[in-house]
Amino acid sequence: MMKLLKKGAEAELYLIDWFGYKAVKKLRIEKKSRVKELDIYLRRYRTSNEAKLLINVKRIKVPVPVVFDVDLNECSITMEFLEGVSLRELIPQMNIEKLKEVFIVLGGIVGTMHQNGFFHGDLTTSNIILVDQKIFLIDFGLGGSSKEIELFGVDIHLMLRALESTHHEISRKCFEYFKSGYIENFNQYKAVLNKVDEIRKRGRYVTERRIRLSDNTLRI
Amino acid sequence: MIILGIECTAHTFGCGIVNSQGKVLSNINSEYIPTIGGIHPREAARHHLSVAKTIIHNALRNAKIDVKEINGFAVSLGPGLGPCLRVGATVARALSLYHNKPLIPVNHCVAHIEIARLMCKVEDPLVVYISGGNTIISAFSDGRYRVFGETLDIALGNCLDVFARYAGLPHPGGPHVEKLALKGSRYIELPYVVKGQDVSFSGLLTAAIKKLKNGVRLEDLCYSLQETAFSMICEVTERALVHTGKDSILLTGGVAANNRLKSMIESVAKDHGASFFAVPTEYARDNGAMIAWTGILSLMHNVTINVSESFIRPKWRLDDVEIPWR
Repeated sequence: MMKLLKKGAEAELYLIDWFGYKAVKKLRIEKKSRVKELDIYLRRYRTSNEAKLLINVKRIKVPVPVVFDVDLNECSITMEFLEGVSLRELIPQMNIEKLKEVFIVLGGIVGTMHQNGFFHGDLTTSNIILVDQKIFLIDFGLGGSSKEIELFGVDIHLMLRALESTHHEISRKCFEYFKSGYIENFNQYKAVLNKVDEIRKRGRYVTERRIRLSDNTLRI
Repeated sequence: MIILGIECTAHTFGCGIVNSQGKVLSNINSEYIPTIGGIHPREAARHHLSVAKTIIHNALRNAKIDVKEINGFAVSLGPGLGPCLRVGATVARALSLYHNKPLIPVNHCVAHIEIARLMCKVEDPLVVYISGGNTIISAFSDGRYRVFGETLDIALGNCLDVFARYAGLPHPGGPHVEKLALKGSRYIELPYVVKGQDVSFSGLLTAAIKKLKNGVRLEDLCYSLQETAFSMICEVTERALVHTGKDSILLTGGVAANNRLKSMIESVAKDHGASFFAVPTEYARDNGAMIAWTGILSLMHNVTINVSESFIRPKWRLDDVEIPWR
């Protein structure tokens, strides 16, 4: 009955039958390594948080799977089964026109989300899937609702870093397309993009700082 | 080929001598232990300067070789505390010039990984490197050790040490916190901060200190601090393991001596069918042998540096270093 689809870092995905619908059960499994109190807290919090967010962002037309059921005792969410492939796996096969199309739409979706005060918290190309050319966002466990520019900045920063580390050659172009979609839908985009610069210059992201420094020396 | 390596990035001045078969001929280290407070860079440098001659002398005598048999001098040029790095670099430059042998620049983080790979005989692991100055989850990909997760502010070892200092425990505080944590029984909620692939400990530290001042039992706090911080590490390690698809985890750095952390990371590895290795404590903490061994690998691929260009690099990132030997 329950077929294991995928074993992720924090959850197992099962394919199940939900009253005739094909559905996915995302089960946040118990971590034996963690102390019980913390384990229960994290699994429950993230399950309820993810379910709430999925429902709330659906209302503002962000493409996410439909939630069917939530069980906070076993820490599971049952949701619509999306038969798709992650953007991370698809990028290498895409030509530049396709990339442009996808990243402008994606930027628009993230812009809408931020405009309505929702952030994703783990926005990487692994957490974006394409089903017949249509983009869906998944894995909202680290997300939330807020008006803080910092949290929106982290979203954009994570996307940029995912592009740089996994798809280095085309990261710059993709990010430009992403940005052009993003600024269409979010009126505070300037503040967020400035924040991204600030985040990248913090603490251990020294590369960015060094580039900045050498630029200045060149100008002088 | 025989290389003499000098480690001098923070609290330890170390000298190791290693041959190209990976045999450690000697590994002598001296740690600066502050009488009060944490590591003062100037005082640490003063300590290193005062022991440098004896340590190198003893290392050579232990290895039973003459300095003329050494093929090159490796030194950790970074990352670390400026005043300390300067001492090690000066000593190594002098040795290299006087004996007319190549000077080999070594990145401290790379050295930790390479000695761990050598000692545990593991080829391509996911590396969890946790010490007083660094908290890095890294794996080799495309010519470099890529960073898949790291701390956004202070290192985990630093967090434990500073907390211990506030609690009046002697330096280094990590082992004392571990001992007290065994007597803790109540889990106290503390901030758990994971941002994407990265972790942050500064808020956790502040919260723990605040609770300490409010009179929470120290044993319970040590226990909760360890559990919270280590769980954060486990989460990002697990993600990196799934993301990179590596089949082994290698734990290194000073905090690798902590048994609770060891067992937690081991359990993560078990969950995903990966094998687990922890570096023997002698080579997990800062030591000269790791610099010498990385020096061997570097010299075999002609990585050397002119003395006139051998600046110290206090903020030298792990993923800035090209790795020609893999």
